[in-house]
Amino acid sequence: MNITKTLKVAILALARNKMRSFLTALGIIIGVGAVIAMVSIGQGAKKEVEARFNSMGTNLLFVRAGSRSFRGISGGTGTVQNLTPKDADAILEADAVLNVSPSVNTRAQVVYGNKNWNTSIYGVGEKYPDVRNWEIEQGVFFDESHVRSGSKVAVLGSEVNNNLFEGADSLGQIIRVKKIPFRVIGVLKSKGEAGGYMNQDDVIVIPYTTAQRRLLGQTDRIQSIDVAAVSADQTDEAMEQISEILRIRHRIAPGAEDDFNVRNMSEIAEGAAESTKILTVLLGGIASISLLVGGIGIMNIMLVSVTERIREIGIRMSVGAREQDILLQFLTEAVTLSILGGLLGIGLGLGSAKLITQFSPMKTVVEIGSIAMAFIFSGSVGIFFGFYPARKASKLDPIEALRYE
Amino acid sequence: MDNHFLLRFENLERVYKVGDSEVRALGGITHSIAEGDIVAIMGPSGSGKSTLMNIIGCLDKPTSGKYFLEGEDISTFDKNRLARIRNSKIGFVFQSFNLLSRTTALENVELPLLYSNIPGKKVREMAYRSLEKVGLKGREMHKTNQISGGEMQRVAIARALVNEPSLILADEPTGNLDTTTGNEIMEVFKLLNKENKKTIILVTHDPEVAVVARKRIYIRDGLIEKVEE
Repeated sequence: MNITKTLKVAILALARNKMRSFLTALGIIIGVGAVIAMVSIGQGAKKEVEARFNSMGTNLLFVRAGSRSFRGISGGTGTVQNLTPKDADAILEADAVLNVSPSVNTRAQVVYGNKNWNTSIYGVGEKYPDVRNWEIEQGVFFDESHVRSGSKVAVLGSEVNNNLFEGADSLGQIIRVKKIPFRVIGVLKSKGEAGGYMNQDDVIVIPYTTAQRRLLGQTDRIQSIDVAAVSADQTDEAMEQISEILRIRHRIAPGAEDDFNVRNMSEIAEGAAESTKILTVLLGGIASISLLVGGIGIMNIMLVSVTERIREIGIRMSVGAREQDILLQFLTEAVTLSILGGLLGIGLGLGSAKLITQFSPMKTVVEIGSIAMAFIFSGSVGIFFGFYPARKASKLDPIEALRYE
Repeated sequence: MDNHFLLRFENLERVYKVGDSEVRALGGITHSIAEGDIVAIMGPSGSGKSTLMNIIGCLDKPTSGKYFLEGEDISTFDKNRLARIRNSKIGFVFQSFNLLSRTTALENVELPLLYSNIPGKKVREMAYRSLEKVGLKGREMHKTNQISGGEMQRVAIARALVNEPSLILADEPTGNLDTTTGNEIMEVFKLLNKENKKTIILVTHDPEVAVVARKRIYIRDGLIEKVEE
C-alpha cells in the first residue's frame, strides 16, 4: 500500500468520526497554540531588551578597573581603583574613539522639600550625553567649566524628576544629596527600562569632579570610563587601541594580565538577553506539558479506536493487509490527527500572540523557528503516542479479529 | 506432483496448545482439489473444518504437514508472504459478510486492491467490473448499511473476485440469509464456477448448500470421514 492510499484510508477513517477526531486533535491544537503563544512572549521580551540596549548606543564601550593579582590571588573586577581622569584623556587621543566620559557612581538619598528618593548618582564628564546618546528634555547639561570647577549642579533622570517634583518645574530648584545642595540645571529624556531590572531614568547626573570631592571624599581615582567609538563598526578597533594605551600608561609588562577590562555594549546586551532566554524556556516548557497531555489524548483515543475496529482489522488482514500495512495505517491516522492539530494550533498560537500584544502591555514576537519547532514536535508526538496502539493493531491474529464481536 | 491440482494437503496437522494440554484440531489430512472444481467441506461444529478452512485461506499455518497451493508449499511461508498469497490468490466470503460499515459497496470491493500494486485508476475499473459480475451494477455508491443481506453478500463475493484469485473460499455463505436469497447466492457461485472457471470451496454444514458442490468432503474429529463425488 503506497503513501497516498494510506493517507486516503486514514483520512476516511478520521472523517467517519468527525467529532471524536476533532476533540482528540484539540489537545494538540491547544498544546501547540500554548507553546507558540508562550514562546512569543519570551521572544518579545528578548527583542525589547535588545532594542533598549541598542538605544543606549551600539558604539558604546565601558572601561572598568580590573582585578589585581597579588601573590597568585586575583581579586574581582573593580577590586582596585587604578583608572584616572588622565587615562580618560589619553583614550580620547585614540583614532577610533569619538568621545569619553570619566565615571564614578554611588547611591544616595536625595531630598527636595518634604520629598526624598533613593537613587543612583552618576558622576560623569561633560561629554556624557554624547557618549551615551542621551538627549536633554529640559534645561542644559553641565559643561567643561562646571566639571573643572566641581560645581554643585545636577541633571535629573526623568524618573527622579517625576518623583521629586511631580510635574512641577524643577529647573533652578535646589536638591540635597548627603546634605549638599545641588542646583538642577537640566532633565534627561526618558530611556525606559532595560530588561526590567535596571531603570536608566532613575538617576541623577553630576560632574565627576563634584562627586569625587563632595560625595566620595577623594580626588584622584575614577571607577570607569565610558567611551563612544567613532562608529559601531569600529568598536573592536577602539577596544584594541584602548587596551594598548592603558597597558602603556599602567606599565603592564608584555604577557602580564590587564589591570582593567573593556567591554562593549553588545556583550552586555547579550548578557541581558540571556536572562530572557530563561523566561522563554520556562514558558515554553510549561506549555509543552499541555502538548504532552494532548499526545496522551491521542494515544488514548487510538487505543479505543483499535479495540472498536478489531473486525475491520481482521477484514483488512484477510484481504491481504500485512502487519506493516496495518501499523502504517493506524500510525498515519495518529500522525494526521496530530499534524492537523498542529496546523490549527499554529493558527491559534498566532492569534493568541496577536491578542496578547493588542490587549496587554507585553510584546510578542513569533519566530518562524518556533512555528517549525511546534509543528515538528506535534508530528513527533503523533508518531510517539500513535506507535503503541498501531503496533497493537498490527499484532492482532486475523482469525481472532475476524471472529471478534 | 500433479499440476492440475490447485490444492494439495499432505498429512496436515494442527495442534493448539490450551494451557498445558494440547488440542488436536486436525489429525493428518491428505487430499487434493482440482482446479475449476466446486467442493464442499462439511462437518459438525468442532470437527476441525474451520481450522482446515483457516489453513486453506492462509490465515493459519499447519503444525506439521504440507499445503501446496499452485505447486508452492505454503506451510513454509512467513506472515508477510501469507498476506501476499491471501491478497493475490484467495478470495474470502464470510457468513457475516464482513464488510466495512458505513462505506460504499465500491470501496469495499476496492479494499483488496489497495494492498496490491495495482495503480489507482485500474483499481476503480476492476471494482466496477467485479460488482457488475455479481449483478450489482448501479449500486456501487450504496453504503453497506443501506442494502439488503443478499446484496451485502454479493458485495462480499465481488470483493472476493476482484483480485482474480485462483480460489474462492466461502464460509457458510448463506448462513445469515433466508432460503430464497441463499439460493440466489448459490446461483452466483455456480455461475462463477461455470463461466469463470473459478475453483470454489464451500465450508458448510447445510446439505442444501452442499448439493451445489461436485465433491463433498466430510470432516469429523480432525480427519476426513468420507468423500462423496
